[in-house]
Amino acid sequence: MGLKKVITRPKFIIYLFVILALLFLPRILSTFNLILFEYGLTFAIAVLGFNLLLGYTGLLSFGHGAFFAAGAYGVAMIAKYFPGLYSMEILIPSALLVSFIISAIFGFLCVRHTRIFFAILALALSMLVYALVFKFYYITGGSDGLYVKVPSMFGMTFEGIRRPQFLSGIYYYFLLGVFVFSFIIMKGIVNSPFGKALQALRDNELRAELIGIRVRRYRLYVFIISGMFTGLGGALWSFINGHVTPDVSHWVFSGEIVYMTLLGGFAIFEGPIIGAMIFTFLKLYAMGSTEYWMFIIGITLIILVLLLPTGIAGGFKKLADRIRE
Amino acid sequence: MWPIYILNGLYFAALIFLISLGLNIILGVMGILNLAHGSLYAIGAFMSAWMIVALGKGAPMFLIYPSLLSGVVLAAFFGLFMEYFLIRPMYKRALEYQLLITFGALLLLEDVIKMIWGGEAYYASRPFDVLGKIHILGNPYPAYFLLVMIMALIAGLLIWIFMYKTRIGVMLRAISLDREMATALGLNIHKMGTFAFVLGSALAGLAGALVVPTTPALLGFGMEPLILAFIVVVIGGLGSLKGALAGSLIVGQTRSIGIVLFPEIELALLFLIAAVILVAKPEGLFGR
Repeated sequence: MGLKKVITRPKFIIYLFVILALLFLPRILSTFNLILFEYGLTFAIAVLGFNLLLGYTGLLSFGHGAFFAAGAYGVAMIAKYFPGLYSMEILIPSALLVSFIISAIFGFLCVRHTRIFFAILALALSMLVYALVFKFYYITGGSDGLYVKVPSMFGMTFEGIRRPQFLSGIYYYFLLGVFVFSFIIMKGIVNSPFGKALQALRDNELRAELIGIRVRRYRLYVFIISGMFTGLGGALWSFINGHVTPDVSHWVFSGEIVYMTLLGGFAIFEGPIIGAMIFTFLKLYAMGSTEYWMFIIGITLIILVLLLPTGIAGGFKKLADRIRE
Repeated sequence: MWPIYILNGLYFAALIFLISLGLNIILGVMGILNLAHGSLYAIGAFMSAWMIVALGKGAPMFLIYPSLLSGVVLAAFFGLFMEYFLIRPMYKRALEYQLLITFGALLLLEDVIKMIWGGEAYYASRPFDVLGKIHILGNPYPAYFLLVMIMALIAGLLIWIFMYKTRIGVMLRAISLDREMATALGLNIHKMGTFAFVLGSALAGLAGALVVPTTPALLGFGMEPLILAFIVVVIGGLGSLKGALAGSLIVGQTRSIGIVLFPEIELALLFLIAAVILVAKPEGLFGR
């Protein structure tokens, strides 16, 4: 597809408008909602990676919290032990490296399996990360977690600037840039021959193997790519939260990642992003309004699975198709 | 002290065996991994503890032990409701949805527990206290732990007899071996599924009821045993009863001995063993 063909497609124009609108978001939203939106963006990057595994390869991991935590703790540990290296251009690659190592180890064990076995194994392994973070509290801070201060970025330091100010200023644009970059990379992966091979593998493993796709190796690659995206999301999340606790490696958080993906709709590329945004707002407002927020989240999830299995994006697509007819 | 550590390991194993047996029966017969299984365990624990607290300190002995069974009954009821309203519409759906609906049930049940019993801890140590201690090779050991082991043994034996000697058990095994063939032969899969789910839930409730005299029931009580049960399922093989037994013995002993020798990496050790088993035998010890 030539460049001209790409930029005249309606979808591309929509993307462009959305990104342009997002650039002006700090002027529209209050600081509170903007920070919430930033949380959503980091989760969106994480689920983008997660959906490569679920939507495009057909593997359901209930342990992606481990990679999210790997990214977040990668940042927090540098803050604590190597304060001299605490700047964004070092933090992001090291968070990616940590999540690469963890996802490569886990991937090696997990990709021999599919379906339920894969899900349980990923879940159990992620709980190993959780337990280790807890047990080695003198390194990781245990249940108290670690403090993440405002980092310096590309030679700029933010001494004396309060976090909300940092977050609603330069960090928002940085985050948006990283998000757009990850979006493009992921879109590229999905549409590449590699991505097509994954979809072939998802639809029929035997057939894929017979036409020469090395199933297990491809799954391992996907697992690692997916883990690194999620780790990137975790690293970016830690600057917003300012505080990293073991909760993000608990499998309930991994379940929330799955939830976001399904809420948006995993069959559509953009679905999980929408899901991450809606989930972030839904969870916070549910937590703010009642003590029983888990009940609300749970009920929503059950209703969603029973009535709208294709997610919100899927629902809209169906609606659009019906209107077109 | 080693006999005591081994016994402790057997005690852990007994509890985890009950939980993972239930999980495995549901998994084998229905092909559904119940992420809310830990919550059913917690419901069993809360109900039994509440019952014992409600009976008060003066309650006669013959009432106390049967009252532990209330947890089993309640967990079975929750299992029945869950199967009927949530799991049944999921039979033909993809794996993602089956897992997510049980995840939704987990979130729901955690808050239902909070609604019913409040956020506080329930202590019900009376069944543990009245049995006292006995001496094993010169070491004092709580007799209640032995009772738990015996109960788990009896439950395991009953399940085994049921699965291998009765007509319904044979049907259940037939379904877990080959679902389509079993349907073709005219077995009522839905009825059997309900039955398996209630049975599994009751076993989880039994484990909860048995554990509550030794440790207070708290919110989020079912999370850790659930993970251990998952490890058991992974080690032993999906849906295998023998696997549940072997897996829980490994997990129980590793925990007990690990806590003594390397308290910090006790769980990591468990994972290391699981990883070695999986690399050598990817489908688990008794998996198909």
